[in-house]
Amino acid sequence: MKELVVISGKGGTGKTSVVAALASLAGRCVLVDCDVDASDLHLIFEPKVIRREDFTGGSKARIKPGDCTACGKCEELCRFDAIYFDGPGNGRVSRTFRVEAMACEGCGVCVDYCAENAIEFAPALCGQWFVSETRCGPMVHAKLGIAAENSGKLVTQIRRTAQQVALTRGLDLILCDGSPGIGCPVIASLTGASLALFVVEPTVSGIHDFCRVAQLAARLGVPGVLAVNKADLNKKNAEELEETALKHAIVLAGRIPYDRDVTRAQIARKTVVEASDGPAARGIRQVWSVIEEQLRLCAASQASGLVQIVNPRDKQVLALKP
Amino acid sequence: MIADVEVACTKVLSRPMKIAIASGKGGTGKTTVATNLAQVAATDGRAVAYLDCDVEEPNGYLFLKPTIQRQQSIDKLLPMVDLGRCTFCGRCSQACRYGAIACVGKQVLVFAELCHSCGGCVLACPADALREVPKPIGELRLGMAGPIRFIEGRLNVGEAMSPPAIRAVKAAVREKGTGTICRNGPDGASHKWCLSPFHSEADLTILDCPPGTSCPVIESIRGSDLVLLVTEPTPFGLHDLKLAVEMVRALKLSLAVVLNRCDIGDDQVRQYCTSQRIAILAEIADDRAVAEAYSRGQLACAAVPSFAGHIRSLLSRLPNGAAR
Repeated sequence: MKELVVISGKGGTGKTSVVAALASLAGRCVLVDCDVDASDLHLIFEPKVIRREDFTGGSKARIKPGDCTACGKCEELCRFDAIYFDGPGNGRVSRTFRVEAMACEGCGVCVDYCAENAIEFAPALCGQWFVSETRCGPMVHAKLGIAAENSGKLVTQIRRTAQQVALTRGLDLILCDGSPGIGCPVIASLTGASLALFVVEPTVSGIHDFCRVAQLAARLGVPGVLAVNKADLNKKNAEELEETALKHAIVLAGRIPYDRDVTRAQIARKTVVEASDGPAARGIRQVWSVIEEQLRLCAASQASGLVQIVNPRDKQVLALKP
Repeated sequence: MIADVEVACTKVLSRPMKIAIASGKGGTGKTTVATNLAQVAATDGRAVAYLDCDVEEPNGYLFLKPTIQRQQSIDKLLPMVDLGRCTFCGRCSQACRYGAIACVGKQVLVFAELCHSCGGCVLACPADALREVPKPIGELRLGMAGPIRFIEGRLNVGEAMSPPAIRAVKAAVREKGTGTICRNGPDGASHKWCLSPFHSEADLTILDCPPGTSCPVIESIRGSDLVLLVTEPTPFGLHDLKLAVEMVRALKLSLAVVLNRCDIGDDQVRQYCTSQRIAILAEIADDRAVAEAYSRGQLACAAVPSFAGHIRSLLSRLPNGAAR
């Protein structure tokens, strides 16, 4: 089973539009939206949810105002500036400490060292993930809660689910829409994938960000192909980009010209190749033919082999490591 | 004007203004708006600081082209085991909620990428066998871009956690030359570093934030007076704008919208903003000349006069624009 992950470094370069079009061209595949904090793929495919699961991330601390004696130990120990001295008073003290949930990283140090046992520590619901049906096959996607963390763990969760879906349906391609950046969700999307498709614009920032994410893919041992999007915006930069890619041993998949049909297709909730036969659609068809060939050459996905690390104390899944 | 902005207005009339430029969707023009806003405000004589909080992919320097005066490492504290003292009791791995330290037989393994530097393992160790050592996770670069104070955080490739680097960037612009980077260090004392030439006297601080709606964005926008959400009038732009609005409201911050490439799509974003009583402070038309200037690393306000006009009008509509 092969797994293609589409990433870019810089945001807004056309990852989701390209993934959607590739899904139309591939025909039989499992779609995965790994961009869990700003997922957009479902807007094109209008998925019908057939399975829905809660996703629980780490725990968050909460001080019970009635039990707090305002000793300040928690504030002293917290490394995340998450504890404030502005909670309501109780019979003993006029003000108590309070945890700012958005700043709490769930380390539990305050819980362990509170002399009054006044701090609760309960797992927080971080979001939901779904398995759905679309016109291009099954899709695994998620919605991270507002201001929730742990997006990397959620990404790993949906990639593992996609593996199971692919196995049970007998599909041999998983197509993942990645997120921008090089941090935790991107690392979680790329680890163990068969092939990365970099969708990059020929701008100075596009090139800069591509170099960083290409280094990351190389470090994770994931081979790559490059598609230059909006390639006609700056021909000189497009050439520089392709030269840079070759230096990173990345295969050139082709150029996709700027085309207003891409936005029109998005508004019509269609993929570019469904809605148009313009320059962008033709560019993407060319890119797909190169990807198909590269997919035959690359290794099978190892996403199902990611091992869970479980905290012995609360038996909660904390992270996944290859 | 509309409620959100009025709140910011009454709050900040007499003090420096911190504006975070964010967006749910990537590539909507955050860096373009942030760098040009900094440039235009500085040209108009305001004391401006530009902070690149997109530490995973910092791009602001490509456009502002600052002279970097100082570079410092951004460190994260990691536990280190003194095997001579360790009794292999396993308390450290029981204390760690992140699975970042494991005691296996006569070995203690630390998984650096899972560690949040909370210090819990050190506190839990009964044998005093753990201490914390700094590990570089990125670089802080400080300099000047003409009259603009420039601060950038740059996460090393392969590092998963950007919030500590973002905290370092925001600490670097704080008042009076010190920013607390890691509190309660290995020796129990606060670790502070001196940033004397950069103590905060800027009356406009612009924070260029990463895309998305999760931890790195929250870390970046926290504490700002106004969050400007840059979006475009497409289904993706609208969907991610809604998520970003919910996030900003959960943090109880003021917000307004900049509608970039306002003529490429449909009218849904405008309708949404009207229904939610969110002010659209600028509508900037799609312009190939702006995109081409951007592709070359040129500030659009220098290359395209009409774009400078948009930015100047945006600046005048910011809550404390009138106060000056």
